[in-house]
Amino acid sequence: MSIRTIWIIAQKEMRDALHNRWFVLYTIAFVGLALAFSYMALAGAGISGFAGFGRTAASLINLVLLIVPLMALTIGAQSLAGEQEHGTLAYLLAQPVTRLEVFAGKYLGLMLCLLASLTLGFGIAGLVMAANGGGASNPLSYVRLVWQTFLLSLTMLSAGFLISALTKRAGVAIGIGLFLWLAFVFLGDLGLMGTAIAMRMPVGELFLLSLSNPLQVFKMASILEINTSLDILGPAGIYALQEYGRSLRWLFLAVLALWIVAPAAFAYLRFANRSDL
Amino acid sequence: MINFSHVTKKFGDYAAVADLSLTVEPQAAVALWGPNGAGKTTVIKCLLGLLKYKGSIAVNDFDVQKQGRQARGQIGYVPQAQSFYNDMGTLELTRYFGQLKRAPAQQPAELLEQVGLAEHLDKKVGALSGGMKQRLAVALALLGDPPVIVMDEPTSNLDAGARDALLQLLANVKAAGKTIVFTSHRLEEIETLADRVLVMDRGQVRLTCTAAELPKRLGWRSQVKLRVPAASLDTALTVLQDDGFTVRRNGVGVIVDVAHGDKARPIHALSAADICVVDFVHLSDVEAE
Repeated sequence: MSIRTIWIIAQKEMRDALHNRWFVLYTIAFVGLALAFSYMALAGAGISGFAGFGRTAASLINLVLLIVPLMALTIGAQSLAGEQEHGTLAYLLAQPVTRLEVFAGKYLGLMLCLLASLTLGFGIAGLVMAANGGGASNPLSYVRLVWQTFLLSLTMLSAGFLISALTKRAGVAIGIGLFLWLAFVFLGDLGLMGTAIAMRMPVGELFLLSLSNPLQVFKMASILEINTSLDILGPAGIYALQEYGRSLRWLFLAVLALWIVAPAAFAYLRFANRSDL
Repeated sequence: MINFSHVTKKFGDYAAVADLSLTVEPQAAVALWGPNGAGKTTVIKCLLGLLKYKGSIAVNDFDVQKQGRQARGQIGYVPQAQSFYNDMGTLELTRYFGQLKRAPAQQPAELLEQVGLAEHLDKKVGALSGGMKQRLAVALALLGDPPVIVMDEPTSNLDAGARDALLQLLANVKAAGKTIVFTSHRLEEIETLADRVLVMDRGQVRLTCTAAELPKRLGWRSQVKLRVPAASLDTALTVLQDDGFTVRRNGVGVIVDVAHGDKARPIHALSAADICVVDFVHLSDVEAE
């Protein structure tokens, strides 16, 4: 495997992302809303002006849950399927490159774009808060939220790549990506509540089921970082903290890591064995 | 040297390539000829490692399936469809593939000049004409100076003028000593480039011959329409029939069936009988079943 080749393909991917109007739009929306949320967080506390880092981090969780998965899923879903649809993938693979290099280059390029976009959003909001005295509160919780958002974005990027490796058309891939986003964001919560009520699910099983949704894991991990407790999530949250204690943080990290690695690995295996180019 | 050894590629139960064995010597130019579905493009895709297959293909001793990167490093590829990144500039795209092929930094601009695209370096690839895109494809194939050039129907989507210009360019590539493997439907292309022609049908090589032998071996016939003065029409029909031609009357002329490469013979026959041929149209080449 040639690192040089991976980097050349990654640079091309970053160039393409900057020309992708959807990606640019998501980035602008994320930066704008992050700023707005940081302002409104303090307004919610009855004081006008900018909120501290801890409160802003809490309010940003909902923004992240909505925008970041959408952003990562759609750019991931377009990656391989878009190139295949335009016929450029076969030409690229006819060059002296391996499929692993092409896959890794594309993933690395989009990952760096995503992280740059998120860093821009969190960075501007953070700088504005620091300039308005928000630094007096807890900046570490804000940094942890940024770190966990990075992980969440990569889980969704991997899921997007898996969709892309399983489809031939960008339109179909984006459609599946949007459905998955809807399922994770809305149906996930409703499904969990409905299943718990209908099946009279024990609280332990409900917690384990919630780990199947990376957005839920991100939400619980973020609340834990800000609150040091999951009381806000009800009995399942209290159970999780009692059952797993200090290792809960590592459990969330492991689940997010699994959600990054497993779909990406399946996507690569599918891509490596494709012969319908 | 390229060596195919018992290569078979199946799609389900259908064998697109069936037990193909073939050796292409260095600096030789081999054409794959055949109807749609004969397996020509599948052979090219196997050679490029885009499809998995049974058997083995080696390019300068690099096995395509086991040493794909090295094998493809020996090959410059000119695709049938011009599938490039249309939003990139011409030079930008050439530099990108030049980097992937580890070509010298100055080579992209030099090659674009060589293929006549020096005035279009900053133009978006999507804004180039079909002929220009195909010349760009040749420039991309030559990046890194690979010893083997593989082309899939290189002139199929071009008009006559662009086709002539590209054929001249490809003739220069051949003269530079490259080993060439290409698929084609066009006799003109075969005659210009190929030393050897493999006639494929249903995944198998049915016939191997030289380019010059191809029309005769395939039993090709041509139809020509000759226009003669109205007063001479009946005489012309009789003269041509007496000379052994299959001929029929068509408006103000006659349509004559001739062997491929023998289109001037009915004109000579009529001239010898003092019948003036006013006009001449080549109607079609017909491949024997």
